[in-house]
Amino acid sequence: MDQILGTLDGTPFTRGEAILELSYLIAALLFVYGLKLLSHPETARRGNFYAAGGMLLGMLTTLLLHKNSNGQGIPITNVLIILTAIGIGTVIGWIFARRIKMTAMPQMVSFFNATGGAASMLVGMLEFPNADMNNLGGVLVTLLGLVIGAIAFSGSMIAYGKLDGKIGDIRSGLMKYVNLLLLITTIALTVYLLFAGGIPEEHTWALYLLTALSLLYGVLFVMPIGGADMPVVISLLNSLTGIAAAMAGFIYSNQAMILGGILVGAAGTILTVLMCKAMNRSLLNVIIGAFGSTGSSSAGKDEGILKEATFSDAAILLSYSQNVVIVPGYGLAVAQAQHVCRELDTLLAGKGVNVRYAIHPVAGRMPGHMNVLLAEADVPYSQLVEMDSINPDMPNTDVVVIIGANDVVNPAAITDPGSPIAGMPIIRAFEAKNILVMKRGRGKGYAGIENELFTNDKTRMLYGNAKETLQKLVSEIKSL
Amino acid sequence: MEQILHFFFINKETIFIIALSVFLGIEVISHVPSVLHTPLMSGANAISGVIIIGGIILVGHADTSRLSMELVLGILAIIFAILNVAGGFVVTDRMLEMFKKRKTRRA
Repeated sequence: MDQILGTLDGTPFTRGEAILELSYLIAALLFVYGLKLLSHPETARRGNFYAAGGMLLGMLTTLLLHKNSNGQGIPITNVLIILTAIGIGTVIGWIFARRIKMTAMPQMVSFFNATGGAASMLVGMLEFPNADMNNLGGVLVTLLGLVIGAIAFSGSMIAYGKLDGKIGDIRSGLMKYVNLLLLITTIALTVYLLFAGGIPEEHTWALYLLTALSLLYGVLFVMPIGGADMPVVISLLNSLTGIAAAMAGFIYSNQAMILGGILVGAAGTILTVLMCKAMNRSLLNVIIGAFGSTGSSSAGKDEGILKEATFSDAAILLSYSQNVVIVPGYGLAVAQAQHVCRELDTLLAGKGVNVRYAIHPVAGRMPGHMNVLLAEADVPYSQLVEMDSINPDMPNTDVVVIIGANDVVNPAAITDPGSPIAGMPIIRAFEAKNILVMKRGRGKGYAGIENELFTNDKTRMLYGNAKETLQKLVSEIKSL
Repeated sequence: MEQILHFFFINKETIFIIALSVFLGIEVISHVPSVLHTPLMSGANAISGVIIIGGIILVGHADTSRLSMELVLGILAIIFAILNVAGGFVVTDRMLEMFKKRKTRRA
């Protein structure tokens, strides 16, 4: 492996170095191909496997063949330490990933994203003392890896806490300015370090301060965002972790890291844009303007009456329908009601009712949340219909059952130009012949606005926890 | 202007890689059905754990004769990164397993 093969720009290189770079190329290609396969249902699992293979290859060859600038390989003691660390991490990660309930999936994804960000932050911190302060590009990527990694880490931890119900939303008008100030300070400090010159040791204080500021910014940036905006934030944080990893890749001129990181960054950005589009809001609007505080809704024009339904009424209505559309929302996930929901669906199908699910792109707390949830309950892929395909069928739908969804079916998005959700594409549930709404209480949705769908003449309410409500409904239908 | 040109020329290969990877990422991901949003995000998330290579390089050439701050933080970076990698890929596989299971049942 130490055999010298030739020279490049006057520097000799060995067989090992050539093989290492070749393995990085293969790893990078496996990432790209894996991600490509991941975007088709048929091949997704294979794609995930390929990407994992690329990662394993990159790790192995680095461990065996990497040499420092003095041409020394990784000593056996260090190899053992690294393998131990990898072993510990793998076991913990594996257990977490296997044990977690499907309903807790958004938290888990956020948590793993946080650890990736933390790793980038630590690598940036540790590489700073080795940086050449006169090499602008080198210092820049080190600092960016640190800052972006830190924001992704603390931001994802807050997102994790929120999704797990451990942290509530904190919203205040002042926060906007505090965040802006914090962001400007962080950028200013980065620029200062960039042009500070001298030796890295002189600037240790600034480095620690920068880390602290970035961590704080991550916390405060995610803090006011919640509810329906969660899918946007999660995919944004995901893309940040990728970018941070790519920055670290520049430090080592490691093509596999650069390509992998940028690929994730780009993919995450697209998903973020998609989620924003699904809400008809700009990314800036999501980050800065929290819902509820902006927009002068013409609320309170006519309060309307909420009409409650009995379980037997609802059971009869559903049993004698031809077309039923179920609109699941976060309430379904919170109550972990996906299995009972599936039971209701098969029960009705047995009676000859055509049951479909209308999936809004931002229903739930992460992109595609409802799909994963219903897949766990064995709901066939073909029964899940995207918003744009189901909307034309709405007038022919006998009953639309809304389970724990609110803003995604709020007609104010179409009818009230002053509403905070004006222009957001919605599932046109109000066009159905009958509307059944399962709701925990009489409260408003995340956006904090009245939903006139609930006071519609065609609407009947079923109050209570989605799981219990569905269970009662199922037993009522069985006893018919 | 000269500084920018200088910066570009020195880093030209890397800048090419970035520019092309961004397009590649957009091309590879666009038109993904919403069913796969979660697994795709989670799988991409696992790939961002590629930072593990950085951790391996750091700890690989660290001085292990004494327990330095650098060594401890480096090891921590590896553990964090591998959590991201292993957890990410396993969680994604679990999600996709559900899609698979349902498919064969229907067939």
